[in-house]
Amino acid sequence: MRDKILETIDKNSKISAADLAVMLGTTEEEVTTAIKEMEDEAIICGYPTLINWDKVRCERVTALIEVKVTPQRGLGFDKIAERIYKFDEVQSVYLMSGGFDLTVIITGRTMREVATFVSEKLAPMDAVLSTATHFVLKKYKEHGLPLVQKSQDERMLISP
Amino acid sequence: MRNPLSKTIVEIPPSGIRKFFDIVSEMKDAVSLGVGEPDFDTPWHIREEGIYSLEKGRTFYTSNAGLKELKIEICNYLKRRFSLDYHYESETMVTVGGSEAIDIALRAMLEPGDEVLIPQPCYVSYHPCTILAGGVPVVIELKEENEFKLTKEQLLSAITEKTKILILPFPNNPTGAIMTYEDLKEIAEVVVEKDLFVISDEIYSELTYGQKHVSIASFPGLKERTIVINGFSKSYAMTGWRLGYAVGPAAIIKQMLKIHQFAIMCAPTTSQYAGVEALKHGDQDVERMRDAYDKRRRYLVEALRSMGLECFEPYGAFYVFPSIKSLGMTSDEFATKLLMEEKVAVVPGTAFGECGEGFLRISYAYSIDNLKIALERIQNFVEKHRSR
Repeated sequence: MRDKILETIDKNSKISAADLAVMLGTTEEEVTTAIKEMEDEAIICGYPTLINWDKVRCERVTALIEVKVTPQRGLGFDKIAERIYKFDEVQSVYLMSGGFDLTVIITGRTMREVATFVSEKLAPMDAVLSTATHFVLKKYKEHGLPLVQKSQDERMLISP
Repeated sequence: MRNPLSKTIVEIPPSGIRKFFDIVSEMKDAVSLGVGEPDFDTPWHIREEGIYSLEKGRTFYTSNAGLKELKIEICNYLKRRFSLDYHYESETMVTVGGSEAIDIALRAMLEPGDEVLIPQPCYVSYHPCTILAGGVPVVIELKEENEFKLTKEQLLSAITEKTKILILPFPNNPTGAIMTYEDLKEIAEVVVEKDLFVISDEIYSELTYGQKHVSIASFPGLKERTIVINGFSKSYAMTGWRLGYAVGPAAIIKQMLKIHQFAIMCAPTTSQYAGVEALKHGDQDVERMRDAYDKRRRYLVEALRSMGLECFEPYGAFYVFPSIKSLGMTSDEFATKLLMEEKVAVVPGTAFGECGEGFLRISYAYSIDNLKIALERIQNFVEKHRSR
């Protein structure tokens, strides 16, 4: 049941528990309990909204930063990752395989804000060996959803 | 001037769907639950394969029966999914949608005056195609109390000395009914005993909920008597590609192929290449879409029942077939008034045969959001007319 709920709300967290129950063939109570449990266990960690900020008159800059770090004895990469993700401007942090260690995605209001974060907060950390910053020019798709207007239903209204 | 028209074709009544379509088309802002095709786009990897085939310049005819590669994949698929064994060379042909296969199967098998048993409500083409092939359609009226399944008794009482073919349209459009292994076993026995042939239209075979589709051709002795028709339209959301196929005894396929060869040449080449990709790598897409339909199905059935509309549980296709008898209107009246008053388009059950009177076909090939809007309006309508 948990898997089914998660798959269903993955792309649309606004579905009500009552509707979920009908769609999955169970009771509203069972859905509510399962969701509550998954929230408590941090399986469901939040319900953010997917916004195409490009369409709003609001300056935002997103950058993807490749970071090479020195892992710490006994703590591996977790401690340094935590030090980085605690900054509010950091949106995502991933541990990577390959040529660098962490991907850090940050947003700021201006390019300068991002630059300041990198040069004054991130790069000077003891464990950080190097950074490479890439600015995002345009977002096409996020969380499995294209950031475009839904296309019209072009089917004939009635067909056999 | 002489009359340019054929009497046979002039006497065939136009499809009831067509009539309703014309009314609906005039309503600009109608919300429709009236379609008979998926709302999903064809999965991208399949479309991409079609584009690639065009880029490579594969724009020629294929052989009449279809690409060898596609026929092999069709046979693999039928084996994998429904335990059907067919030879790709002699027992398989690719058609322009399942609808062509229905037409040419009837034309290849019927002698003038042969009777064809057509269980209704059903898809609209069996009846006219039978007439065009010189056959005589004999309707079997399926009953709601039998969950719109064909029963052995109904079948037996419809058989005459002239009966040659039984059409088996399950999972069913418009009722959503399916035939289980047990249901089919009884039918299969009668078919063998009475020396009939079966045209089994299994176009919705991937869209069953809770139980797996069973093909009548998988019963002993039935492979020799059955043309199985299937295609890509419903399972892979590929209606516009016009790609279907028929498998069956080599002797029948050979004659069907003759008609196909003269009338059609071959199914669209681009579609055939896309079809190969669909069968090779499309299982997950089918599953994803089936899951989505199932959720909507439950949602729609529940909503209709909570309005007080009796609604038999459909286990296949993407339609529900609620009864509107409690409102004291005919199907036509209900559908027309619903369109005029609430601007929701559904198809009257009578479009699928007279015994569809008292029912509506509502499609759930729509997003939940879309269904919600339409259902609110239907509820308004039902409440308004019930209190009168």
